[in-house]
Amino acid sequence: MLEAVPTTEAYLMLSGTLFAIGLVGVIIRRNMITVLMAIELMMNAVNINLVAFSHRFASLEGQIFTIFIITVAAGEAAVGLAIIIQLYRLKSTINVDEARELNG
Amino acid sequence: MNWNDMIYILPEVILTIGASAMLLVPVTGGRGAKLSAKWMMIILLAITAGALIYCSHAVENIDQSRQLQAMFALDGFSIFFKLLFIGAIAMLVMLSEDFLAEGKYSPWEYYSLLGFALCGMMFMASGVHLITIYIGLELLSLSSYILAGFYKSELKSTEAAMKYFILGAVSSAILLYGISLIYGVCGSLNLLDIAAAMSTIVTNDALMFGIMLLGAGLCFKIAAVPFHVWTPDVYEGAPTPIAAFLSTGSKAAAFAIFARIFYTGLHDFHLEWNYVLATISALSMIIGNLAAITQDNVKRMLGYSSIAHAGYVLLGVISLNALGLRGILMYSVVYVFANLGIWATVLMLRRHQYAGERVDDFEGLSRRSPLWAFAMVIFLLSLGGIPPTAGFIGKYFLFAAAVQAGFGWLAVIAVLMSAVSMFYYLRLVVAMYLREGVEAEFAITTPLRIVAGICLVVTLALGIVPSSLIDQAVLSSSHVAAHAALTPHAGR
Repeated sequence: MLEAVPTTEAYLMLSGTLFAIGLVGVIIRRNMITVLMAIELMMNAVNINLVAFSHRFASLEGQIFTIFIITVAAGEAAVGLAIIIQLYRLKSTINVDEARELNG
Repeated sequence: MNWNDMIYILPEVILTIGASAMLLVPVTGGRGAKLSAKWMMIILLAITAGALIYCSHAVENIDQSRQLQAMFALDGFSIFFKLLFIGAIAMLVMLSEDFLAEGKYSPWEYYSLLGFALCGMMFMASGVHLITIYIGLELLSLSSYILAGFYKSELKSTEAAMKYFILGAVSSAILLYGISLIYGVCGSLNLLDIAAAMSTIVTNDALMFGIMLLGAGLCFKIAAVPFHVWTPDVYEGAPTPIAAFLSTGSKAAAFAIFARIFYTGLHDFHLEWNYVLATISALSMIIGNLAAITQDNVKRMLGYSSIAHAGYVLLGVISLNALGLRGILMYSVVYVFANLGIWATVLMLRRHQYAGERVDDFEGLSRRSPLWAFAMVIFLLSLGGIPPTAGFIGKYFLFAAAVQAGFGWLAVIAVLMSAVSMFYYLRLVVAMYLREGVEAEFAITTPLRIVAGICLVVTLALGIVPSSLIDQAVLSSSHVAAHAALTPHAGR
């Protein structure tokens, strides 16, 4: 018989999968915008984790942290997009691999 | 929370208001242009430091456990680091003056971003709750990404910002995932509650995974191997004063949260994490120092050297004893002053935006400017840990702590690698004293002189008479160390 409410483990599996997809996306995709989206996916996986645990403990701390993370993610996206635009202006590309001025 | 609690964060509130006001000055048009951005920033930093000292005296009489619902601690540890940060930022403001004067970029934005970064660092030093620590860390990181790309028209600088941003954002996400797992096992985000919860539970896979992810995120912030690849690139591409900021202030702030999280929160599980951190520390020292030998660019060399120094400071975290915590505090001071001195000398040699950063540029410096060549030798000896300088005291405490904690093999690696590091530090000394230099331009300005002078005096004074620093470190670390030993529960 199926439970009406998914267990915490189910949420953890979902968030773990999302986090892994995000991490793989950052590593294999070369387009800066896609990389930025993959990073957002990783942060949202964390949010799912925190809300699931917060529900389980019946404490608000995790949900408060989630709101902070959403706020910071918005700021991070703004800074990231600004850097992408600047790179595009100088190099007419947003491919991560084509930025190779620094020999690293 | 009532208004009396505001006394704890008064310096940060003043700093935030001041930095926001500085951001608005260019909008006012002609009226603001007469003001000097540099002096406004220095005055703001002085007021912040004054408020910090006032607040630290004011809260001495208040119950220490009731600190903004245990999210924010104004203890000796945080005051020690905050004063160090304010001092470092004040010196960076001096270092930045010429760089801003010749560029076409607005000094107001630059200084207000430095102010926001400082605010983030101060929250990191005071955070005893993972939300506070994370918000402080992100405030610092977001400001640093922008500052690294501050030369908007330079491809190198933009590329450095891009690399720093991608790797920094990923590492923040990894750190957060670790925090969420720790929250899931311990049921709290407060470090003292986490410590209390950990003392009652046995080893648990989710918790171990969480600690490892948290540690990986923190290792990125201090640039320890294998999370170090961004460091040389970002230092090379970023404007030189910003590279100085990333390698001193920002790094010391990351040391502070590293120490706070592991000493206050995770000490009960040290048997699980200390061998992993010991490996990271050994790798950082070995790879950082060996890679630095082959560098011809001074900024990249200092990047690799800062990776090695992250490895030394990790000794203090791994050993998890009173000596190690004092070592972290002292080494942060010693490292910040020696490194800022070196960056000041590098800035003296810069001719155009990126020049003055090759090892060749140092050739013949002893004849052109004997005093600053001597100062440079002292700074390099301090980084190498040679006795008459302050670096020796810092390294002594860290290595002794490692030996005391049973990590003798790690201390041996650290000593050997310090010897290796002298090889590439001495390369600069050889270039300065034994080679004829071309008649290069040379820009010793008053602000650079002041910064290098302060760093020289501090590095020598703390090396010859270290007792004041040792006493201060003992005093400042006692509160955090007491937490680690006794695991009291915060009055919430």
